[in-house]
Formats: sequence, structure tokens, C-alpha cells
Amino acid sequence: MTIRSEPLIGVARPARRRPASLAAWLDRESVFSWLMMALPLLFLAALVGYPFCYGILLSLMNRPVAQPGTFVGLQNFITDFHDPVFWRVAVNTFVYTGVATLLKMVGGLCLALAMNQNFRMKNIVRALLLLPFIVPTVLSTVAWMWMLDPAFSVVNRLLIGLGMPRPGPSWLGNPTLAMISIIVINTWRGLPFYGITLLAGLQTVPPELYEAATIDGASGWQRFRYVTLPLLQPIILIVTLFSVIFTFADFQLVYVLTHGGPQNATQLFATYAFDIGMGAGQLGLGASVALMMLPALALLIVALTLYMRRSG
Amino acid sequence: MVTGHGRVEHTLRVWLPVGFFLVLALLPFYWMAIASLKPNSELYSASVNSLIVYHPTLKHYADLLSETGFLLWSWNTMLVSVVATAISLVLGVMLAYPLARMRFAGAGLIAMTVAAIYLVPQPLLFLPLADVINRLGLGNTLTSVMLTYPTMLVPFSAWLLLGYFKTVPKELEEAARIDGASRLQTMRRIFLPLCTPGFISAGIFAFTLSQNEFLYALIFLTKTSVRTVPVGVIAELIRGDVFYWGQLMAGALLGSIPVALIYSFFVEHYVAGLTSGSVKA
Repeated sequence: MTIRSEPLIGVARPARRRPASLAAWLDRESVFSWLMMALPLLFLAALVGYPFCYGILLSLMNRPVAQPGTFVGLQNFITDFHDPVFWRVAVNTFVYTGVATLLKMVGGLCLALAMNQNFRMKNIVRALLLLPFIVPTVLSTVAWMWMLDPAFSVVNRLLIGLGMPRPGPSWLGNPTLAMISIIVINTWRGLPFYGITLLAGLQTVPPELYEAATIDGASGWQRFRYVTLPLLQPIILIVTLFSVIFTFADFQLVYVLTHGGPQNATQLFATYAFDIGMGAGQLGLGASVALMMLPALALLIVALTLYMRRSG
Repeated sequence: MVTGHGRVEHTLRVWLPVGFFLVLALLPFYWMAIASLKPNSELYSASVNSLIVYHPTLKHYADLLSETGFLLWSWNTMLVSVVATAISLVLGVMLAYPLARMRFAGAGLIAMTVAAIYLVPQPLLFLPLADVINRLGLGNTLTSVMLTYPTMLVPFSAWLLLGYFKTVPKELEEAARIDGASRLQTMRRIFLPLCTPGFISAGIFAFTLSQNEFLYALIFLTKTSVRTVPVGVIAELIRGDVFYWGQLMAGALLGSIPVALIYSFFVEHYVAGLTSGSVKA
């Protein structure tokens, strides 16, 4: 009896109380969550949030590289607005983004429809079709540069073979052709992303819908127009927003292929900001050019984020 | 009932469009490959058929490996990609797990912020970031890119993993909690081992994006010894107006191999990751 009444538990409890309550505190969902997210959030605040705010500050300063800056208010933006090249850049960026996106959308839809048939080796074909998208852009752009080289262009050799007078077009030397070239290469690279994503969307369309439409006498085009397209619409929208954001802010393809030339004909916001900020060493003015992308980008980013949240 | 005529028609209907897209996608790579194997006499000759290699040679590869820093650049690229990918997966999990599993005030806002940061393109940040990197004394160190690549890869991994985590059933975790496991133990011992496919998808993407990155590497790495492949190839094989085409093509081909290899092993994971974000809608 006496042994049994030894308060074993009573002795153990006070000693354990504090660690137990700390453990309980750590076990609360909100505490656990914020402790867990603290490091990545700090990281993003330091290397995305801070540079973003600092960029806005820079755009209000005259800040030659390796020299202290002076506050100049909106002077950099006024300079931009009086700079004819800046307006050229704005037009270029919108043309580049608009045309390339349209080509990728239509081409990607065709690619998806072509792949959405039954045939052998489909997985291998799909893997090969995605190659342009996964190979580092700079390296594939170098291959295109060789294909469009003024002296040894294979494209021109083919055209001359087909009867075009020598020496053939100067793809990267003529302003219009240079713009066409960067649009085509951007399309070539981005098309598989569109195509394979839309293909995945096509495969989620229930076959019964097509059967029902066929029984109702719908033609192939009608089935596409009234069954496929409406069901694909959300995916097309998301892929397009993604593509527009990254095409609008494109840098590497143009930097490698044309450096923005000839005569700024292919200069985009990103490459122009680079030229001014890094080439001419005007960090403040360069930052102001980069920030001019912000209104359009912010609109797109907010739209896509809200849309993904609604549908996710 | 496939008649001979039907089979021909089927083959044409499949392979005409598919073949067109295949040729379009692969032609530049074919061009890259044969140019890298041609001797200069053939490369710069207007009289021979340029579609074929008559006298294949590995001279451009030998020159590339012996006369330039290509091997060093490859090593740098690999090192940076692996470290940046590892950082991104770890930090990505730390963001995605609470967002996928816990209920707390502000979760929706954090999820939106992460998605928005993922969509912020580098050209918006590179000038201020260059100044920050210089002030930290990190210019011309691989650390500079190991730290800056995750700025895009962390939100991306977190977003991709968040989607994957939500598809994993909760029952095992609940059972572990009832057995007295702490939240951290539950996450590490029970939950994370179930998510290998998600990690592979996010990992391949992060690795591919690291290999592809150009802008930060171009700005932060200006010495041969610290360059990555894309920057090294552009900065050192094009000297003024002189293009070393043979070596450029050899470098472009060799530089694409790590990505292509990893991709060929995990292509299904890659496609799953690519389409998960948009198809879920």
C-alpha cells in the first residue's frame, strides 16, 4: 500500500513542465509555420525585397558607377521621356512581345493538336520537341547566329539555291530582318513550352464530349471550336501570361544575337537598361529604364497571381 | 479495320505535322553538331554542300578544351547549379510545407507573395543587385551567383512543391501526430520521404534554370577563372569581330550535354512539373 502510494507522477511533473510547455508552444501551427518560414522569407527580403526598393531609390539618383550618388528626383525619368531611343525601345518591346506571343500561341496549339494523336514513339518525340526549351538559351542562340551569319548563313544558301539573288538578305544587319530574327528564335525556343502544356490540357478533355458532339453532327472544326477551345481556355490564358511576362523582360537572346542593334532596332527594355547601367556606368539612369517595365509587369503579375489563386 | 489506304493516310496525318515540328526543333542542333565537326577549310567554304561533313575532325573540341577555360567553366557551372539547387530545395520546402499543411493568419498573403516574386524577372533587379553584390565584396566570386540564383529558384521551387504537397494524403501525418511525434519530426520522418517525385521535378527545373542563367553571371563574373559556360562562351570565344565558329559550336554542344542528360533521365518528371502549374486550373 505505502509503496503504491508513492507519488511517482507527481514528482516527475514539475521537472518536465517547462520543456513541455515550450514544446507545446513550438507545436502551435502559427509558431511552427513562422519559425519554419523565417529563413526563406528573410533570404527573399534581403535579396529580392531590398534590391527592389533600392532600385527605386537608385532611379531617383544620379549615380555613376563606383561614385557616391546625388538625389535628382524624377530627372532620370524626364531624361528617358526625351530620349528618342527610349521610345524606340518601348515600341520594340511591345512588338517583340506581341508578335512572338501570338506565334507561340498559334504554333503551340498546332503542335499540341498534332501530338494529340495516337502514334508510336510518342514519348521520344515529345522529349525531342522539348529540347529547344531546356537547352541553355545562350548556347542555342549561338547556333542560330551561325545559321544567320552574314557570310556563311545556311538559310541564305538555301534561299540562293531556290533562286534568290546573291548575297541574300542580311538577317542581323537590316533593322526589320533583325527584329524578325529575334522574334523567330524566341518563338522557336518558347513553342515547346506552349505545345507540351496545351497537350497536357488536351488530354484532360473527356472523350465523351467529342463523341457527343460527333453524334450531334458537329464537324471537326466545330468540335475544335466549341469543345476543345473553351475547355483549353484557362490553360491558354495562364501559359500566355507566363510567356508574356518573360518575353517582355527578355535579355539573353537579344544580348547575344544583336546587342540591340542595328541602330537600336532590336533594343529591348532589359538590354537598354544593361547598356546604360553597365555599359555607360549610369546606374541611376539604367535603373529608371528598367523600372519603366514595372507598370506593365505589375499588371501582368497581379493578374496571373490572382488567377492562379482562384483556380489553384 | 485498317486498310492499306487508311494506314497510309493515318501515317501522313500524324507524321507530316509532327515531322515538321521535329525538323524545326532539331535543325539548329544538327547544325551546331556538324559545324563543330568540320575543319575550317570546309566550314568557311562556299563551294561545298554545307549539310554534310566531308572530313570530320575533333580539332575544335581539342582546341576548346586545351586553349580556353572551358573545362573550368563547366566545373564552375556544375558547382553553382548544384549548390543553388540544393539551397532552393531546402528553402523551398521550408516555405511550402507550412503553406500546404498549416493554418495560420497570413498564409494566403505569403503564398501570393511567393508566387509574385517568382514572376519578377531578373532585368528588374539586376542593377541594384549588382551594387549590393559589390558592396558585399562578392564580385567575381562563385558565391555571388550561388546566392542570387536562389532568388528566382526559391519562390519557384516553393510554388511547385506547394502544388505537389497538396496532393499527398494527410492520414500518415495525422497518425504520427497521434503517436506523439512533434511537427518537425512528422515533417522530416513521415512527410518528406513521401515527396521524392516532387523534389525531383523541382530539382531538375532548378538545375536547368541554373545552367541557363546568363544575366547575373555576365555581370558578377568577369574573370575567366570564375566564369560559367554561357558567359565564358560568349565573352571569350567571340573576340571583337572574330568568331571562332568551330569552337563556339563545340562549346555550345558540350555545354548543353549536362542539361540534356539529366533531362533525358527524368523527362517524365520534367513534363509533370511543367504542366502541373497550368493544368491544375
